[in-house]
Amino acid sequence: MSLHKLTLHELQDQFTTGEVTAREIVYAYSIRINQVEPKVKAFITQHKESAMAQAEALDQKLKAWRRTMPLMGMPLAIKDNICTESVLTTCASRILGNFVPPYDASVIALLRGQGYLLLGKTNLDEFAMGSSTENSAFGPSRNPWNLSYVPGGSSGGSAAAVAADECVAALGSDTGGSIRQPAACCGVVGLKPTYGRVSRYGLVAFASSLDQIGPITKDVTDAAILLNVIAGHDPLDSTSADVLVPDYTRALKKKDLKKLKIGVPREYFAEGIDPEVEQAVREAIEELKRLGGEIKDVSLPTTGAAIATYYVIATAEASSNLARYDGVRYGLRSKQMKDLLEMYMKTRQEGFGPEVKRRIMLGTYALSAGYYDAYYGKAQAVRTLIRKDFEAAFQEVDLIVTPVMPTTAFKLGEKIADPLQMYLSDIYTISVNLAGVPAISLPCGFSKAGLPIGLQIVGRPFQEDTVLRGAYAYEQATNWRVKRPSIR
Amino acid sequence: MGSYEVVIGLEVHAQLLTQSKMFCACGTTFGLPANTQTCPVCLGMPGTLPVINHKAVEMAIRTGLALNCRIRSGNRFARKNYFYPDLPKGYQISQYEAPICESGWVEINGAGAQKKIRIRRAHLEEDAGKNLHDGGTDGSRVDLNRAGTPLLEIVTEPDMRSADEVVTYLKMLRDTLMYLEVCDGNMEQGSLRCEPNLSLRPVGTTELGTKVELKNINSFKFVKDALEYEIKRQTKVLSQSGRIQQETRLWDVEKGETAVMRSKEDAHDYRYFPDPDLVPLSISEEWIEELRKTVPELPVARQKRFVTEYGLPEYDAGVLTAEKPLADYFEACVKLYDQPKTMSNWVMGELLRELNNAGTDAAASPVSPERLVSLLKLVDGRTISLKVARDIFPELYASGKTPEQIVQEKGLTQVSDETTLGKIIDEVITKNPQQVAQYRGGKETVFGFFVGHVMKASGGKANPGKVNELLKKKLAG
Repeated sequence: MSLHKLTLHELQDQFTTGEVTAREIVYAYSIRINQVEPKVKAFITQHKESAMAQAEALDQKLKAWRRTMPLMGMPLAIKDNICTESVLTTCASRILGNFVPPYDASVIALLRGQGYLLLGKTNLDEFAMGSSTENSAFGPSRNPWNLSYVPGGSSGGSAAAVAADECVAALGSDTGGSIRQPAACCGVVGLKPTYGRVSRYGLVAFASSLDQIGPITKDVTDAAILLNVIAGHDPLDSTSADVLVPDYTRALKKKDLKKLKIGVPREYFAEGIDPEVEQAVREAIEELKRLGGEIKDVSLPTTGAAIATYYVIATAEASSNLARYDGVRYGLRSKQMKDLLEMYMKTRQEGFGPEVKRRIMLGTYALSAGYYDAYYGKAQAVRTLIRKDFEAAFQEVDLIVTPVMPTTAFKLGEKIADPLQMYLSDIYTISVNLAGVPAISLPCGFSKAGLPIGLQIVGRPFQEDTVLRGAYAYEQATNWRVKRPSIR
Repeated sequence: MGSYEVVIGLEVHAQLLTQSKMFCACGTTFGLPANTQTCPVCLGMPGTLPVINHKAVEMAIRTGLALNCRIRSGNRFARKNYFYPDLPKGYQISQYEAPICESGWVEINGAGAQKKIRIRRAHLEEDAGKNLHDGGTDGSRVDLNRAGTPLLEIVTEPDMRSADEVVTYLKMLRDTLMYLEVCDGNMEQGSLRCEPNLSLRPVGTTELGTKVELKNINSFKFVKDALEYEIKRQTKVLSQSGRIQQETRLWDVEKGETAVMRSKEDAHDYRYFPDPDLVPLSISEEWIEELRKTVPELPVARQKRFVTEYGLPEYDAGVLTAEKPLADYFEACVKLYDQPKTMSNWVMGELLRELNNAGTDAAASPVSPERLVSLLKLVDGRTISLKVARDIFPELYASGKTPEQIVQEKGLTQVSDETTLGKIIDEVITKNPQQVAQYRGGKETVFGFFVGHVMKASGGKANPGKVNELLKKKLAG
């Protein structure tokens, strides 16, 4: 039996009925990881042995008293910028290369409460800054569909691990597309919840007003199951919203889109989009129409300003968020130092990679006296306009569908020397973070080269249920998931 | 040498008396072993987030109301970015564009007249830790116990014109904060820190001169010394046609002078921006009104009332109201004993002396208002003399016994019995024939001499009225 091929809900069913034990599950994944991980390189830290010990303890407990919880015995991979107590959390950075948090992120505490098993911590672009996972201090991850291609980023390790069946599901984080873009690159499902839906406590901050944790899964049902566990208000995160959490799996009852109005923003099909991607997304829109959705043309006029706005706000916040890595209390401290100033400079010189340094410099500049109004102040004003664009569009429609990225996954090394080209791969995902709304990425086809193409479905704030309903109906009607990567 | 007008404004950092820190649940106790009062949040560990302490917000609002400030309904916290080892996150969470309290004022007793000092703003922020440079070759260390303790920074307009005015304002502010029970006012431990900024300008002009900021001032005496030194220094520079540099100067207690700490060129660009980890804090009218009810009568108002209501001299009223516990004590006494001036003498004299010796305040006085009043009633009822009452006060304070017990145990009951007193008087008269002759020769002032000797011979127990009466009789012959 190939347990590693199952989705989370399929595996749950087998475990709940007692058909498989936790030990068997972890054993299957250990074998799988040993087989494909040398090629995919999804993990920074593997946690198989501890997971096995936990699994055995769990099986023992269940012998005496069999009652399961939703994630009991489910082996998950966690992006390595989410703090896990007593387990190395590096953010793919040399500066946190030795950092073992003495606390769990709130989402981890929630998963733990449901009996999940931590299989390992996945690779990312350093501090989640990047779109290819090439900015990792520990080397890039590979796209399971074609190992010479990137898995996308920054949650490339999590997306690759799910696509390569190295875990049953994963958590990622999304600041400008970092869940949705790698999910599209790897042909899996990635959900970025509404800003404030999931606690950020314990997520190592990149850009605090944009960061959001979300699931990366094999199908839409799994995304709903994981969101059920991690969503909700957290007193430790003042920006988490005190909004009722529905049972997201109830959104998966209907297999049609009757009475749903679906907007197609014309700005998202402008120049720069790969014809293969455009065709796949257009066909997906036709499918949504066949399912009963009413397709409407909408406009998001400020789309063109999104990338510039994002790179001012995100870098400004990052420049401040990353100030704490100073060599004083934890993480790297340079051995080359004569005095305090040199300790700061050498530590940060040696500890941060080039993209992180570039963004710290950009953000520091944007906040500097004399430039604040022109950059940070202006960007905040534009951000308000972008949010209003979405509000206006959502007056007319219930969901918005777009491509996830203008192309399919690109080759390793193809864009690393040209940061602006790299930034453009997030052009369709960034506005969603600036507006704070929820969005999902799910497979809608393949290029001739055999690389997955993603469809993005965006919803109103705190209407993840509607987003999931749309995604589920499409997934059930198409089932692109049947095709699996061969990992060669 | 032209004459200059002194212009001083003051920034005061008051540590708020909350149980826990500004943005986490750690305690705020002073003097614990290094880094034992810390958690991932106040250590600035990756992924941790701040949560606003609402008690600190309440204390800020109450202080703002006491200082006649406008309380801002929409509050934002901002990050002040700079690198220093005692600043765990690389930024301090503070308030920048939108301070919680704005545009207030207080009245102080200036040179003989009431004077208004305008409060520009008061805002909430978190304290930093402390760097320890305690020798050794392996560098300095950091103690983050204090990191994250709530501070209220209270900033005046440049409305003060002398070092004395600054001291008066500062004392008034300290009394006010202590009345509100929001700060312990301890300058030596750093719970109350002040940073004056000072400039001079030619008398008669209105434009402000170049200002200098002063730091490292941790007592009222140093405030006065540092400012007076700085006034002299600037006067000298200006009268020699020199220019004042905009800079921060440190007060050196040993040398009794100020020295440059950093010049304007070294000034940080703090890159303030709204903290995205905290949502705007809104303060409702209802909340403000609820808190307004908890603002007690403040020292200045209470002093005025003590003068009008109890007929006390200004001086007495000032001493009694400087600290809330003492004023409360006094009022509790007066309720039981309706002779305010007599009571004021006792509280300011005997009681305050003992409290100061013990280094405590009236709230902790072992002599309750009830006991003090019963002591005074023993005097009024002629059971003991005033002198005996004063003499036994230290024991009353130290022993925890009632006045009646002490009087009984020591046999200090006043003697009014004519036979006993007559014997003592006869003895005194026999022993001092010269003074008797003087008295009888018309020099009535020696009468006091006899009273004194009789009192002494009775061990202070003789009833002075009775003594007077009997003495007069006997001396008349």
